Formats: sequence, structure tokens, C-alpha cells
Amino acid sequence: MSATGIGASVRRKEDHRFITGKGRYVDDINRPGQAHAYFLRSPHAHATIRSIDAAEALAMPGVLAVLTGDDIAADKVGGLICGWMIHSKDGSPMKAGAHPPLAQGKVRYVGDHVAVVIAETLAQARDGAEKVHVDYGVLPAVVDMRKATQPGAAVVHDVAPDNTVFNWHLGDKGATDAAFAAAKHVTKLDLVNNRLAPNAMEPRAAVGEYDEGEGAFTLYTTSQNPHVARLVLSAFIGIAPEHKLRVIAPDVGGGFGSKIFIYAEETVCVWAAKKVGRPVKWTADRTEAFLADAHGRDHITHAEMAVDGAGRITGVRVHTMANLGAYLSTFASSVPTYLYAPLLSGQYNIPAIYAEVDAIYTTTAPVDAYRGAGRPEATFVVERLIEITARQLKMDPAEFRRKNFITAFPHQTPVIMCYDAGDYAKALDTAVKAADVGGFAARRADSERRGKLRGLGYSAYIEACGIAPSAAVGSLGAGVGLWESAEVRVNPIGTVEILTGSHSHGQGHETTFAQLVSSRLGIPLENVSIVHGDTDKVQMGMGTYGSRSGAVGMSAIVKALDKIEAKAKKVAGHVLEAAEGDIEFKDGKFTVKGTDKAIDFGSVALQAYIAHKFNGQELEPGLKESAFWDPTNFTFPAGVHICEVEIDPDTGVTTIAKWTAVDDFGVLINPMIVEGQVHGGIAQGVGQALCEGVVYNANGQLVSASYMDYQMPRAGDLPSYVVETVETRCPSNPLGIKGCGEAGAIAAPPAVINAITDALGTEDVPMPATPKVVWRAAAARRQKSAA
Amino acid sequence: MYPFAYHRPDSLAAAAALLAGEDAKALAGGQTLLPTMKMRLASPAALVDLSKLRELHGIEVSGSTVTIGAATTHAEVAGSAAVAKAIPGLAALAGGIGDPAVRHKGTIGGSVANNDPAADYPAACLALGATIVTNKREIAADQFFTGLFETALAEGEIITKVRFPVAQASGYAKFRNPASRYAIVGVFAAKTAGGARVAVTGAGAGGVFRWKEAETALAANWSEAAVAGLKASAAGLNSDIHADAEYRAHLIGVMTKRAVAAAK
Repeated sequence: MSATGIGASVRRKEDHRFITGKGRYVDDINRPGQAHAYFLRSPHAHATIRSIDAAEALAMPGVLAVLTGDDIAADKVGGLICGWMIHSKDGSPMKAGAHPPLAQGKVRYVGDHVAVVIAETLAQARDGAEKVHVDYGVLPAVVDMRKATQPGAAVVHDVAPDNTVFNWHLGDKGATDAAFAAAKHVTKLDLVNNRLAPNAMEPRAAVGEYDEGEGAFTLYTTSQNPHVARLVLSAFIGIAPEHKLRVIAPDVGGGFGSKIFIYAEETVCVWAAKKVGRPVKWTADRTEAFLADAHGRDHITHAEMAVDGAGRITGVRVHTMANLGAYLSTFASSVPTYLYAPLLSGQYNIPAIYAEVDAIYTTTAPVDAYRGAGRPEATFVVERLIEITARQLKMDPAEFRRKNFITAFPHQTPVIMCYDAGDYAKALDTAVKAADVGGFAARRADSERRGKLRGLGYSAYIEACGIAPSAAVGSLGAGVGLWESAEVRVNPIGTVEILTGSHSHGQGHETTFAQLVSSRLGIPLENVSIVHGDTDKVQMGMGTYGSRSGAVGMSAIVKALDKIEAKAKKVAGHVLEAAEGDIEFKDGKFTVKGTDKAIDFGSVALQAYIAHKFNGQELEPGLKESAFWDPTNFTFPAGVHICEVEIDPDTGVTTIAKWTAVDDFGVLINPMIVEGQVHGGIAQGVGQALCEGVVYNANGQLVSASYMDYQMPRAGDLPSYVVETVETRCPSNPLGIKGCGEAGAIAAPPAVINAITDALGTEDVPMPATPKVVWRAAAARRQKSAA
Repeated sequence: MYPFAYHRPDSLAAAAALLAGEDAKALAGGQTLLPTMKMRLASPAALVDLSKLRELHGIEVSGSTVTIGAATTHAEVAGSAAVAKAIPGLAALAGGIGDPAVRHKGTIGGSVANNDPAADYPAACLALGATIVTNKREIAADQFFTGLFETALAEGEIITKVRFPVAQASGYAKFRNPASRYAIVGVFAAKTAGGARVAVTGAGAGGVFRWKEAETALAANWSEAAVAGLKASAAGLNSDIHADAEYRAHLIGVMTKRAVAAAK
């Protein structure tokens, strides 16, 4: 391994500009003549709009325009779409209510977009918005999804009179019911997977611009997938054909899924730029982010596990209600279905699985993918079930897991997925050792001496990443293929530009992708630059989410590099006057087999461009290749996390005493960046378990609309993690990598809750397990044991 | 933030005159007022910045009294060796307000005048039996804090200093709101010449209050054990998504015990 090659913990190239304030985020972009947009948002969870009177606002200083849903309709601007079709059990398509970028006749959640005020300054736009008079006819809110489907509940969308988007299922119901009928033991659990706000450090922002001379639009936007944004804005919303719409996602400060989607605000900014003849800029404030960024999770689940007399799992049966909010966001329908139920086998050999999912409309913000997207929800169900089953069977939870692990690969689960590689017992053994589980009893006794409670919780998670084989997801309802593209441009002096359809918003692609190219071509890391996030530079791409940039994005680069090497060998053959088949390439040098004749990569690049040494009709000059990589399978990162907590029963405060993570991500490109991803993921998972929860009151008002009430995990809430890896190579991509971006957020919540319930001696404690919640659980247990 | 006039007078008299103007507000450290204005929840016509008033600055410790100028920042109180020696609980309380940025801008006068039900200083004032000194008069803490964000201050009245009698022992224990880190329950316990005094912030629906049962127990026996079995009533306590009244009542007991344990 070289100092900068695959497997080296190279410092991130992009960090210099980030930490010296030289990053270029959307809010840093200011266009000549730019005006500012302020969105007037609904103060009601559910209301008809009887009328909007903008006359007073239009007379305010600096106000250029007040645009409403009527203007959207008049200009025939299309609605926002959900790009994944789910069919109900009865074969009917999901019931997608219209989602206009500005409300037409009705608002459906607090924060819904009623109008946009465009003015010379942001303050003037805000002042103008206060003078827009909207006459609302307030309707009952629909907040609790269990009540949403009851007769008499207010209807969010007329297309779904029972507020149900779909009733979907997966698996063999008959076989699963039979497994339960024959079971020796059945565990039953009711679980809530709490609703989360994504909270990227950089709030969403957009600058829309229209060039009248060219008849072309440019949109700068905080996107994880600018090409998908362009596709949707062109083909569905109808802003402009693709060749007349450039979408640029420059430096983006975190996404966690929330910036995958195509939202109302950027749509309105780019449309309004032509309407007012000025570039239009909008940057969300934090409250707007809480109100209108797509939220994550929000499941209510009843789950059951069947076990035979030998302690082997024979079946899992799950019913989930998934809150999708007021409108179907871009990929909302896929999250509680194909990103969820296919993971219900966990790391375990489970012969029969059946899952039913009811997706529900409520008058709350839309819910879509958030770090892990469906897989944290599945892991929470499986790992809570496993833990409680082990306790009920009085088996050691690690042993119960080990007994049921899948040990032979490939392994076809009963729920679509075919796991290709893994060594689950090795990860468990490594984690048990690193966490010093053997010393836990002594540590617990010590805690008890100090009046504290101590608990230990496992989470053996699996995820499906490297999303995803296009034909496979197409057969499951996806509206797009999930390949990735790459173009390798070798310049005449041998420096290289990589154009990728992946998008980096914190992942460090400018470093890891360069490590791949540097080691493959034998050129210095600084001779490689990574170009991404601009539809005028990169022709097409599918973006970054689902831990796909390594497994899919880098595989596309490998494929393009294969073509570069093949072409360069032809050029080298001409220059070295040898047969192409005799040319070898290693460490940046082309050599003629069995001779000392050699030429370096940069010289070959120059020869390719000056084209003196070969016939330009037989071999094209230049050195530039592109490739599309369509994966053959998902990848299956997996691992074991062990959380040890100490609880103060007097206050209910939970302290994470120790965290051990042992993950199998396949081959690591940059272990330091991988560890960073694990750290961040665990922090977000602990956030879900201990801190974070979106709260709407019964009227649909967002109570947790600021950091005064929405608790993010802080550095002081987290311990120093023990992070180790084990490695089984992923067989379905050339680099053997599996992806690591979501693992921590997937693994952590059940590890924490298993640890807390172990400490308290209870079966469940709801998330977020805040001090109030834990104190109440501890007090209830004390009362029970006293009685 | 809406437009407003900004004044920075250099005399108390000038400040008082400006504050008599229509819809004028005093600006001390601005740690509550400015965020509220940024959110467009407050829109004073004028701000009267008190930072240049010399009479509002400085810490003075005599044998039996600690006098703190109203414009003194939390960081200055926390960092004062003299305060730490005279009233250790007060210095500890100041050092635990907000975060370093808040402590270097926020002032004791601003905190006391605002009487946020989750602010820390009102607990110290009440438990120590402080006197709030204004440009017009002196007000005993027991008469000063009159309700949620309500005080005995008249329109245009400016706090100039807060005078604390030195206690024999004092301690503060706070249970922070996990999101905002304001006090869900903060208890200041003081052993004073006049007996034990216990003041509770964060919990009461009407703001800071004294917990008389604990005072009686501690008067007889100043020790953790004296309050260990004591239960506060949940009546009249706040409920929100972080803590309901019952949990707050429980925490009052726990924090009182810890305040006594921390008292020096």
C-alpha cells in the first residue's frame, strides 16, 4: 500500500478550503441583480385557502412580486413528484395527492408553502409577507396516524379518503403463519420509531437564474443529486428542457438524505427567476428547516418472532404504520417498503418473514429518506425482537444471535435480498472482546454500589447499500435506474480530471476518489481532481445516498480507468515499438515485457495528444474515456455494535459509558474517513435513541421547531468510541467495497435501547429515551419490585 | 429584526430619560432580547444600551455583603475569587449559566430584570435574600419576583446593582433541559443568619419560588439527610415536552439534596 493509495488514511484534500472559510456553498453565491425570496408558510396544519390578498404587500418598499398557487397553475408548472410507484396488496397503485409547489386551494401542514414574496432584500421580502392577507378556512388537523384511518377523520387528500397511501406487503403470509402456529415460543413487541428532523449543518438554499438571451435557466441548489433534480424539474415540473436547465450543487454542508429531494422552494426560485426577470435567492433559516425539510422515520410497528424448541428463529411477522406526512416526497414511498421490509431478516437465518405496511397521510411535514432510510427501522425491529426473545428464553443475547446467524453465502432471504458475503460471528466475537463483555458484571456491581444502574446492549445490524441494480429496482417500482457514471479526462501532461455523477456533501470524495485514481495510474494524488455537482460538466449521474458512492460511483471510475489503461497501452505500444499485447502497466510505468524499455504515464498521455507516433485513422488521438456502472447486486455491510450505559435512577439521565463498533464494510479506501463516517452515524443514532424527537401537538403545530426544544446530541453526550473493522470482500464490485455512510445510524438505536432496558429490567422504553422517559421507567420498575 | 432606534447613554439619568420614551427597552447583555427581536417576536421602537453606565459595573465584597453591578457579566462573577470565597454557590451558579458566549455577554441585571422562569440568578437572589438596587429604590428579592417574566420594576426603572448578604453556606444544583440547557429545575440552598432558604427556578408556573418545607427541614438540620425524604408538590409546576409537573416535583427533591451536598 502506498502512502496515498487504497487503504491509506490520507488527510482530506477538501478540508483546507472548508476549515479556512473558502468553501463555496449556495448561500455564498450571489448573482448580479439578485432578488430575495421569502416564503409565506401556512400557520395552520389543515385549512382551505379562501382568498389571498397581496395588494398591500405589493405596495411595500422593495417588493417585486407576490406569487401564489394561481400563478403556478397559470404557468402550467407541474407538481412535485414521488418517483417510486408502490402497489397495494390489491394491486391498486398508491394514492398520490397533488403536490403543487405553491398551495392551490388548501394547505396541509404547518409550513406548507402559501405564497412567495420576492423583494430587493430579504428583510423587505419578510416585511411584504407580513402584509399578505390570507383568508383560511381552518380544518381539523390529522396528526396521529392511528386516528387518521378511522372513520370521521379529516381527509388530507381527496384521492385517499381513508388517508391511506397504500397497504403494501412482502413475504409469504401462509408460510409465516404456519411457522408461528408451530412455534414453541412467540415474542410480541410494540415499537415506535420516532420521527426525526434531519438537521444538516447547512440549511437548504437555492438561487434561480434565467438567461433571456440563451433562453436557459441555472439553478444553484443544495442537492445530493443535481442530475436527478434537473431530470425532475425538466421532465415532470416542466421548467425547461434539460439542455436549457443547468443545475449546480456546489459545496453542500451535509444532507443525510434531506437534500435528495426536489422541494417546492428551489422549484419556485428557478421558475420565479424568469417571472420577475431577476435571479432569485432563498436560504432557509433553521425554523424553516424544522418545518419543511422532509423528516425521517415515524413508524408504529407490531412485531412478532417465532422460535422453535431448539432456540432457532422460524418466523418474523411485522405490521407497520408509516407516517408519510402531508404529501409524498420524492422517494417517500420506497422508504417504508423496499428499503425496509427486505432487511427484516437481519443477520439471521429466518425461513419465513411476512411484513405489512400501511402508509398514512397526516397533516405534518412530508417524511422521506433520512440516514439509513428504512434500514434503521428494520434493524430496530429485528434487534429489539432478538434481544427480548433471548431474555424471554433466558439465553445469552450474544449466544442467541450466534445460534441464528447466517453462516453460508450467498444466502437468499425470504424477503428479496441475496446476501453475498459476510462473517457475522467474527464481528460478534471481535466486538465482545473489544467491549470486554466478560468484565461487565463487575462494572455493573460497581455502578450499583454508587447507586447507579448499568446495562449492556447489542445490535447486530445489516444494511443493503450500493443502491442499486437498475433493472431490479425498476421491477420494484423505481422510476429511475441506479447506476453511476464516470468520465476520466487525462490531460496532455498526465494530470487527470475525474467527472463523477456522485456528489460529495461531507463524504470526502475529492480525497477517496483521487486515492483510487492515483494508485491505479501511479500518479501523485495532487495530480487528480474530482469534478462533481454541475450538470453542465458531468453529463449525467444519480447522486449520493444509500452509501452508493463507493460501491457504485467508484466502480464506474474503475470501469473508465480500465478503458484508459487499454487505450494508453495501445499508445505506449506505438511509442515503444512493441506489440500492444507485450505492454505491461505497473506503478505508473508502461514497460515492454522482458525488456528494460519503459515510458511513464504522463509521457504516454502527451503522446496520445500529439499523435505523432501512430496512425490517427487507426487509433483515435486523445485520452478520455467514460463509463456507466450498473451494479449486479446491493452490497451488504454488517457489523456488531455494543453499547454500555449507566443510568442515574434519581434523574433518569443515561450516560453512554462505552461504545464498541465492529463493522464489515469490505475493502476500505480511507480508514480515517470510514471511521469519521462511523462516528457521525453513531452520533445520529444515539441522537435518535436518547435525544431527538419531532413533536406536533394535537392541532398539528410543530412544538419542536427550534434547538430550544429539539435536542441534538452534543459532543459531551457521547463517549470516545472503540471502532474496529473486519473485512469480507464484496464480490459484486471490482473494488470489493460495501459502503459505510449509514451504518452507525442503523446500528445505534437498538444498541442503546437494548442497553437501557437491560439496565432497567424492562422490555421496552420509548425513543427518545430522554431523562423524563427513563426516570418514569425506572420509577415504574421500582414500584413494581416494591409491590 | 425590525428597525429600531439605538441609544447608548453615558449617564443613568440620560438612560432613564430615554427609557421613558415610547416603547423603549433597556439592552443589557442582550442574550434574551436580541434573539427575540431577530425572531420578530419583539419589536421595540428603541433600545437603550446600558453598557456605558459606570455605576452598573464592578464587584464589591465586604465582610458581610457582596455587591454586584447590574452590567457585570456572568463570566466576571464566575471568575471572581472574592465572590467564590464569600458566596461559593453564587460563583458556581454564574459559571453554569448558558455557554461561554452567553456568560461573556449576559449580565446579572439583565437576567434578574427579565425574570425568565428558567433563569438561574433569580434562585440565588431569592435564596440569599438579596436586595435589588435600582435608580429609584431598593427592593427585597422576596418582593421583586412577581410572576412569569414579571418583576416589581416600574416602567423605566433601571437595576443598578444586586446586593447579596454573605451566607454561612450556599450551593446550587441545576438539572438542565436536554435541548436548550436552561434549568428544568434549579435549586439554590443557602444557610443564612436568618435560617435556611431554598429557592427553586425552572419549575414553577409562576417563576422562581421558595420551598418552605425544605427550609423548615434544613433549619432544624442542615444536611442532605434532612431533605432526602422530602417530596415537593406538583401543584403549580410547569409541564412541557421535556418534563411534566410530576417529574419536575421529583427533581426539586433531588436537586435540593444535591444543592445542600454542594454547599460550601
